[in-house]
Amino acid sequence: MRNILLVFKKEVKSYFSSPVAYVVIAMFLIITGYLFYGLFAYFSTISFQAQIDPALARQARLLNITESVIRPLFGIISMIILIMTPLLTMRLFSEEKKTGTIELLLTYPITDLQVIVGKFFACMFVLLVMLVLSFIFPGLVIYFGEPEIGPIVSGYMGLILLGASFVSFGIFASSLTENQIIAATISFGVLFLFWMLGLSIPFVGPALGKFIDYISITHHLESFAKGVIDTEDIIYYTVFTLLFLFLTLRTLESHRWRG
Amino acid sequence: MIEVENLTKFYGNFQALKGISFTVEKGEILGFLGPNGAGKTTTMRILTCYFPATAGRARVAGFDVFEDAIEVRKRIGYLPENVPLYRDMTAEEYLRFVAGIKGVPSREITKRVERVMDDCGITHMRKKLIGELSKGYRQRVGLAQALVNDPEVLILDEPTIGLDPKQIIDIRRLIRDLAGRRTVILSTHILPEVSMTCQRVIIINDGRLVAMDTTKNLTARLQGNYRLIVKVEGPREAVIETLKKIKGIESVEPAGDGKNGGVTELVLNMDKRMDVRRDIPVAIVNNGWGLLEMKPIEMSLEDIFVKLVTKE
Repeated sequence: MRNILLVFKKEVKSYFSSPVAYVVIAMFLIITGYLFYGLFAYFSTISFQAQIDPALARQARLLNITESVIRPLFGIISMIILIMTPLLTMRLFSEEKKTGTIELLLTYPITDLQVIVGKFFACMFVLLVMLVLSFIFPGLVIYFGEPEIGPIVSGYMGLILLGASFVSFGIFASSLTENQIIAATISFGVLFLFWMLGLSIPFVGPALGKFIDYISITHHLESFAKGVIDTEDIIYYTVFTLLFLFLTLRTLESHRWRG
Repeated sequence: MIEVENLTKFYGNFQALKGISFTVEKGEILGFLGPNGAGKTTTMRILTCYFPATAGRARVAGFDVFEDAIEVRKRIGYLPENVPLYRDMTAEEYLRFVAGIKGVPSREITKRVERVMDDCGITHMRKKLIGELSKGYRQRVGLAQALVNDPEVLILDEPTIGLDPKQIIDIRRLIRDLAGRRTVILSTHILPEVSMTCQRVIIINDGRLVAMDTTKNLTARLQGNYRLIVKVEGPREAVIETLKKIKGIESVEPAGDGKNGGVTELVLNMDKRMDVRRDIPVAIVNNGWGLLEMKPIEMSLEDIFVKLVTKE
């Protein structure tokens, strides 16, 4: 436990003593803010028009602030997290391998698992800082409107779980190579594919379609954004996270055997 | 303290270690010598549990490096060849981190870190980022991190590589001073380093152990015949002729270019069983020449090394 905490602290310090964390967090907030502004402005325009246009006023879904601002906002945040996490995770093992510091780290009395878990939580910490700061946007909605609180809470839960699986995969990609660009490309590429899996559902058979729908990352976030906390979704993200942390462990071990 | 039995390591099809066995006693400083690619680093990495051997056993302080890796690592201070340190941490931060991981109790971390910084002479650099330190200071930080948990065994892989002569002398003295009661293995391909710091030497070449002895014995053992260098003021040919006649001198080789104003420089190979050091000056003086210099040539570790490594 002490070792995990030491690695955690070291990595967090390293994120915040270099510009990495600040740049990533700033870009995340700028893009999210821009898209949030679009959503909110569109919603207010529609609301004004609905006052004079009875046809529009009957579209209840469009005029529900939770449906038309909060839910798409979670979609946007999850997309930007997808772009940003590979940039946070890429250095975790690649850099250590490139500079050789991994040799010292792995000859200290610390297990591989402790190293991985420490690094995982350090990256999760940065991600949490990002999510906490992003709360200004739903916060504004709460201040100016009356959204349902439930979906906001469950949406954030979903984002944390989603983020954990992204981070876990990113760490795995980072353990594969000593080149940070390759690590980032692999994690971004694969996560993006998982993201886009849903698009192929109309073209494959119903059985395969159902399967693809299940393994697709987005599918599981949707119910969280709706305010539904389903154990199935929680299990999906947890298994995804643990699987890639386990594979990272195996990769580190295999490097030992191969030398 | 360290027992290595028949250690073998394959990297794919390449055999880096071909069965190496040796032991190191407690408190000994062992020099690990060999040309580049001989298997020094591989042996050290096995001893520090960075990766396991393909076959064979190694024990450090009674613990098997494979089965009790964590126990072994607690007792070892390791300085890898390129001194890989986290460049974005300050020296002090880094040492505190290492002390924590190496299991120094929280209350003692500050004390231990102060102590090793003082020992390694980096106290005034504590607040600097490691990436900004010069090579010599980084080496010291590397040494400090190896020492921070007061380990029983120190394993140093080419600790003086890439340093300037003054830094080399400093680091060597540091190693000797800090060795104390610790067992030290030090790898190098710089030979004087071994004769200066180590009591015992192991020479490996191409994954095999070619020699293991004390520095003194090794020099003596390999000193086949006894050689003298003489400088004589006198005509070259005549001097050579005269010396050749002395019983006990097996051969005379000219040395130098012979163009320095009538001074002849010669290397004499002598029969070990006969001491003719008295006959030489007598013969020279009797001919009216002047004996300017006469000294034995000691075989340096370089010569021994080249001889052993190129034997086959």
